[in-house]
Amino acid sequence: MGKPEVITPKHTAKDYKSAVKPVWCPGCGHFGVQSALFRALAYLDLPPQQVAVISGIGCSSRLPNYTACYGFHGVHGRALAVATGLKLARPELTVLTVGGDGDGFSIGGNHFLHACRRNVDMTYIVMDNEVYGMTKGQPSPTTPPDWDSKIAPGGTGINPFLPLAVALASGANFIARGYAGDPNDVARMLVEAIRHPGFSFVQVLSQCITYRPEEKEWKHSVHASPEEPATTMVAAAQRLVGEDSLTTGVLYKGERLSYTAHIHPVQRSLAEIEESFVL
Amino acid sequence: MLRQIDGSFAVAEAIALCRPAVISCYPITPQTHIVEHLGELVKSGELPNCEYLNVESEFGAMSVCIGASAAGARTYTATASQGLLFMMEAVYNASGMGLPIVMTLGNRAIGAPINIWNDQSDAMSARDAGWIQLFVESNQEAVDVHIQAFKLAEALSLPVMVCMDGFILTHSYTRIDMPTQEQVDRFLPAFQPRQVLDTADPVSMGAMVGPEAFTEVRYLAHYKQMEALELIPKLAEEYDAIVGRDSGGLLKSYDAEGAETVVVTMGSVIGTMQEVITAMRAEGGSIGAVTIRSFRPFPKDQLREVLKDAKRVIVFEKALAVGLGGILSSNVRWALRGLTTTPVYSVIGGLGGRPITRPSLRRLFEAGSKDQLEDTHFLDLNIDLVKRQVERERSRTGSGPAAENILRDIGAVRAAKTA
Repeated sequence: MGKPEVITPKHTAKDYKSAVKPVWCPGCGHFGVQSALFRALAYLDLPPQQVAVISGIGCSSRLPNYTACYGFHGVHGRALAVATGLKLARPELTVLTVGGDGDGFSIGGNHFLHACRRNVDMTYIVMDNEVYGMTKGQPSPTTPPDWDSKIAPGGTGINPFLPLAVALASGANFIARGYAGDPNDVARMLVEAIRHPGFSFVQVLSQCITYRPEEKEWKHSVHASPEEPATTMVAAAQRLVGEDSLTTGVLYKGERLSYTAHIHPVQRSLAEIEESFVL
Repeated sequence: MLRQIDGSFAVAEAIALCRPAVISCYPITPQTHIVEHLGELVKSGELPNCEYLNVESEFGAMSVCIGASAAGARTYTATASQGLLFMMEAVYNASGMGLPIVMTLGNRAIGAPINIWNDQSDAMSARDAGWIQLFVESNQEAVDVHIQAFKLAEALSLPVMVCMDGFILTHSYTRIDMPTQEQVDRFLPAFQPRQVLDTADPVSMGAMVGPEAFTEVRYLAHYKQMEALELIPKLAEEYDAIVGRDSGGLLKSYDAEGAETVVVTMGSVIGTMQEVITAMRAEGGSIGAVTIRSFRPFPKDQLREVLKDAKRVIVFEKALAVGLGGILSSNVRWALRGLTTTPVYSVIGGLGGRPITRPSLRRLFEAGSKDQLEDTHFLDLNIDLVKRQVERERSRTGSGPAAENILRDIGAVRAAKTA
């Protein structure tokens, strides 16, 4: 693996930032994701109005309000479906769907499967803090099974969801994991994810220091993958199923063709249509 | 026992006294505290023999309840707003299958635009879903009515939704007289399910019913709701006999008898209204109020009796049937059919948590008492903001999203940007 590409913005992050101040808690990982996203967009030299940021509900889903891009804050769990419609209608836009683990893997889990499968050219950034933060500390599908909370006394007792493995099995064309504490690394990943055709999925471990203070330890335990991205599903599956969920990097790059929109069907005259029925 | 607790904790403890066997939940503001506290009670052992499950969505929560109830378990969940909408298909299923699930609805507005604050739009969206819908005025009523809700649900084999104003009730600390376990056990016997899993007599539930019987199954649900009109007051009496508190039946009158002007409403807003009405009466005003406890079934005959001598009725509601006006008021007009001389003014207020103040209510009631209200009146509406947006839409193609434009007009966006 060569020396990482240094992100030197052509635009500046300010170009993508709205004047609305985030209401996230001090120390929230989402600040790092926001910063990484702005750096990536600046590096790609994308005019803010050519970028659509779509979200559902949750702390991380507030992100569209904090960008100067085209933003859409939809209902809980439906962001990917909204983004699909938006991309089909305006294929020239760079479409980014953002949200959290509760929104994307729990209440919106079915859309996650089918968005991967459909492989529309967009990037899905999940700011995974392994908890429902907005409703004040309930377990999500990625929460460890023994994490005690009021709503899951003694822990959920069920295996955490493996988002990357699920994305692979469902057909995502690009799979990466970043850590919000390293925004430059996440920015590099996002640049690659946005450039890669089809459905790109980037899980960003984004610590919730309010409800999961133990996640502060992530800064010591995340580690970059020493390997190049897998390019076959079999190789990627071996990596993603057996790993420790703390390995960062671009882990899979597939070669599926993006879903193509057919929103401008070829206009045929009545005579031409009739002609096709001539025996 | 007297307690000083918030509405959510009070409801959770009342539910625990009812010994539910299965609780399924998903967090949504403003009800999350209810199910979280139930989780704590399960963990501490204060609520024994209860399967408590946090699931992946409200749709999942109601579906788990359906499965549990169909298998013969006393079942509970709670939700609000978007959560109710998301589970709606299962909500209809629960009532269609006659499953006596009890659900708390922490009343909250429905988006878009996103709004977490109180109104009663969520409950209104389920008004025809076949659930019994009971609205409470206070946290004490919330406690008492939830306990009665299980008995009502199980007697009729129908689901019951107890609606309590989000934040105003769910998050306010008040004095609660909590019934004892012994009292609740005496009032509410163990659940005897009407339909139960019986391996000796297996039955497949949820079968397809075609035109040959669909009307009858639907009518049966309606018939049972009509039975509830008789049962709800009876259960309130039984409860009073055991617990020693009249928690109200189908509706409640606040000096409505003999009053020329009668206000009809639902939920906690009666607290503020009572203060205004008391002041107006002290000054010689002839005004009273009625609160509807049972919105479904709708007690039209009982309401008609209370309102028959009123010169005018002001219906105040925290929901809007867009394109029509009031929802509750339409129901009240139905109750008053034939009494064509009684004007019914429909007032929409408190949407998305807009404060309902005493001065506003005073102005409203005074105008109403002089028959100076239009058919549908919006309390404290800033019509200039609306006109500005209408003009913008008329004059410019691509005028942008309406809600965001209005926020800009009132300076909210700028305020947020500089905060």
